[in-house]
Amino acid sequence: MITKVHMEALSPTMEEGQLVKWHKGEGDAVSSGDILAEIETDKATMELVARGDGVLRKVILAEGGTAPVGDVIAVIAAPDEDISSAVGDAGGGAPAEGPQTAATSTPARPAKSENAGEAQARPASRGAQTTAAPPASSTDGGRRKASPLARRLAEDLGVDLALVQGSGPGGRIVKRDIEAAKEAGVTAPAPVGWTPDESEYEDVPVSQLRKTIAKRLVESIGPVPHFFLTVDVDMGRAVAARGSINAMLGQSGEKVSINDILLKAVAAALRKHPECNAQWHGGHIRRFNAVHLGVAVAVEDGLITPVIKNAHLKGISQIAREVRELAGRAREKKLMPDEYTGSTFSVSNLGMFGIHEFTAIINPPEAAILAVGGAEDTPVVVDGEVTVRPRMRVTMSCDHRVIDGAQGSRFLATLKAMLEEPTAIVV
Amino acid sequence: MAGKASGERFDLIVVGSGPGGYVAAIRAAQLGMSVACVEADKLGGVCLNIGCIPTKALLTSAQLVNEMKEGERHGIMAKEVSFDLAPAQKRSRAVADQMNKGIAFLFKKNKVTHIQGFGRLMGEGKVEVEATDGTKTVHEASNIIVATGSRPRDLPVLTIDEDRIWSSTGALMQERAPDSLLIVGAGAIGMEFADVYASYGTRVTLVEALERILPLEDAEISKFMTRTYKKRGIEIHTSARFEKADIQADGVQVTFKDAKGEAHEVKVDYVLSAVGRVPNSEGLGLEAAGVKTDERGFIVVDGLMRTNVEGIYAIGDVAGHQLLAHKASHEGITCVEHIAGHGEGTVDYENVPNCTYCHPEVASVGLTEEQAKAKGFDIEVGKLPWVAIGRAVALGHADGFVKIIRDKKYSEILGAHIVGPSATELIAEFVVGRHLESTVEELEKAIHPHPTLSEGVSEGALAALGRPIHI
Repeated sequence: MITKVHMEALSPTMEEGQLVKWHKGEGDAVSSGDILAEIETDKATMELVARGDGVLRKVILAEGGTAPVGDVIAVIAAPDEDISSAVGDAGGGAPAEGPQTAATSTPARPAKSENAGEAQARPASRGAQTTAAPPASSTDGGRRKASPLARRLAEDLGVDLALVQGSGPGGRIVKRDIEAAKEAGVTAPAPVGWTPDESEYEDVPVSQLRKTIAKRLVESIGPVPHFFLTVDVDMGRAVAARGSINAMLGQSGEKVSINDILLKAVAAALRKHPECNAQWHGGHIRRFNAVHLGVAVAVEDGLITPVIKNAHLKGISQIAREVRELAGRAREKKLMPDEYTGSTFSVSNLGMFGIHEFTAIINPPEAAILAVGGAEDTPVVVDGEVTVRPRMRVTMSCDHRVIDGAQGSRFLATLKAMLEEPTAIVV
Repeated sequence: MAGKASGERFDLIVVGSGPGGYVAAIRAAQLGMSVACVEADKLGGVCLNIGCIPTKALLTSAQLVNEMKEGERHGIMAKEVSFDLAPAQKRSRAVADQMNKGIAFLFKKNKVTHIQGFGRLMGEGKVEVEATDGTKTVHEASNIIVATGSRPRDLPVLTIDEDRIWSSTGALMQERAPDSLLIVGAGAIGMEFADVYASYGTRVTLVEALERILPLEDAEISKFMTRTYKKRGIEIHTSARFEKADIQADGVQVTFKDAKGEAHEVKVDYVLSAVGRVPNSEGLGLEAAGVKTDERGFIVVDGLMRTNVEGIYAIGDVAGHQLLAHKASHEGITCVEHIAGHGEGTVDYENVPNCTYCHPEVASVGLTEEQAKAKGFDIEVGKLPWVAIGRAVALGHADGFVKIIRDKKYSEILGAHIVGPSATELIAEFVVGRHLESTVEELEKAIHPHPTLSEGVSEGALAALGRPIHI
């Protein structure tokens, strides 16, 4: 009878194993239970045990080689049995052996269940005893697995279940996790030997808005792989353009700011680079045709990002009006939900605070955000001469799952060109 | 040292085959380890042979006896019925034997090697096993679990001889119920044997050093059981100080002081000493292996049952905490799974149920009312008398109550205490509820079948929420 020797899941989390040493060689007699080989898993070196009797007819995975769990790594059979069919089943990790191995169709793999793993695992040494399974995820299709008691505790203590890693079976959030989260989040230990006087600090309660900000930002910086691109923009012509636009608007009393021109330029540049006007959706990337621009607005106890819908269709003065109107109502906390959701790209400008340059945190599921510093007179070299120009530094934070460095750079080059020659915006 | 045969090598040697050791051995075998289990006596340890199981057989007989005494209300005209302890005792031995064989079968099935003899640690992964004929064999293992259990404690003024002064073992081996029996210690063991012997007609006196019987249970439970036992004619002395036992040809002359300091001198046929248990940690070679024990002789272990010596573990009674079979089994599983790298968490010592199989039964888990208050919880207590539950009344066992202690703030089930029919079975629902961190509301919302005793749980939950339907 032919017994295929599979790479077994020797630890609950093992996905592939490296063959350290074969204890049996081709032609050796083996019986069920014999140690065939030592396998290095993600945790420890474990012994792989024979599951059948006969002769080790074929070693497919050489020492030092790696194979995914489930792949056939050797064949045990009777001395004169035809094993070509079994050898043909060998998976990707196997060295080529006749034309059969070219077929990569996978044979039935042993289940990777905990049961399968434990029935076969045998600690190779005492050292294996301290390995513990990594924490499992607490989410199950969007639902947080949490005990009823943990839920009550979390609600009462203001602990966001979404931020808690469960330590119960299957990652279920239990009481001790909430208590630990509370401990970690609220009562950070004071420096030894020194307790701040109460007059030296003020405990500010966390508003619902602040909680949401915290949750959203942690969601972002955690799973979102950020990278940053910075470019300097000469704002001379944009400043001049602003002057002439405002002169034209003179009688109406309306005015546009450099930021409004920037927003228009961003919208126009995104139309040319839809790869940056995109969202990560796990299974797919959604690229938007329309540009809905989120504009970060500082409010009393945080920030909110009202959205200029279809910014690419709007003129600079209309963008200016909408920004002022939305920002005003944001400060009064009178925004409707549809006015601060649905953005495809965001801009955060801290120039008015004297900030020269900074990086912003992406607002998921968007793939990028532009952090804008103030336009400042800066000595620069133009045509071999040192001259003073209004320069502005912008930094784009990109979700690398969606945007690659070159794509982001091309978008920034377009944006820079548009701001340095504002007529390009309308071309 | 000549004549010491060298034995086999295993992944794991378990010393002791009680409910800690045999469970650990089987679990280890399931996980693919080569396992030996060393046992000096019978497989199954105290629990199976001279503890949990045979006493439950006797208590079942005792309950039938009591049912028969009230047989007329069921139309069983058995006025002249007589009771004999001998067949009941024989049956209890048969039950123990059957369970003992069951372990031998399980070992065979799981390929656990059973080594008969006294196991002794020699350090460096070696275990010497001394067979009854004195031959010694040294086996080796990467991992050793000490699961040698405990034995009855001897009071200096009350030396157990199993003749006139019994331990639980002696109490299990009697074929005749004596006229009088004095039991020292009113914990689970004392209470259970008081029940058995009183049922078979023995005049029983309970002498307890602490201020109430079942001193580890909720005070209301103790109070209820005191009343019940007194009604059955059992004499109870609490806060009593046992002073002297003078063994005579026809009995024992016992002296103890009661709560008021008044001396009592009574002549009884036998005395049962049930004053606790001590760990079996001597003569095991723990010193040779460098394993630390505490001042009471319990082996010191961490949450994964590891001793201070790498590769040596201890579980069950010899490792302290609650001296209970189910705790030992869980420690065994936790220990072995961690050795195999499959471990998840540690044993939750705050969720170990206590059961006393006297009649009515007593069971509890979690905090008593007193403990909950002392810990600063703002509590609400629900108490449901069994007379409110139709099934209990139909059964003819409506004495007792379910008491649930709830944390008002989060509705956590802090403690549950049951005295009454099938209390030891019903407590499991609270154990699961607590394990899953259910709140009292979940217990109430889950639909319990009607009519059953389990309604005592849901109705008890309602009582703890201040809105019982049936009281």
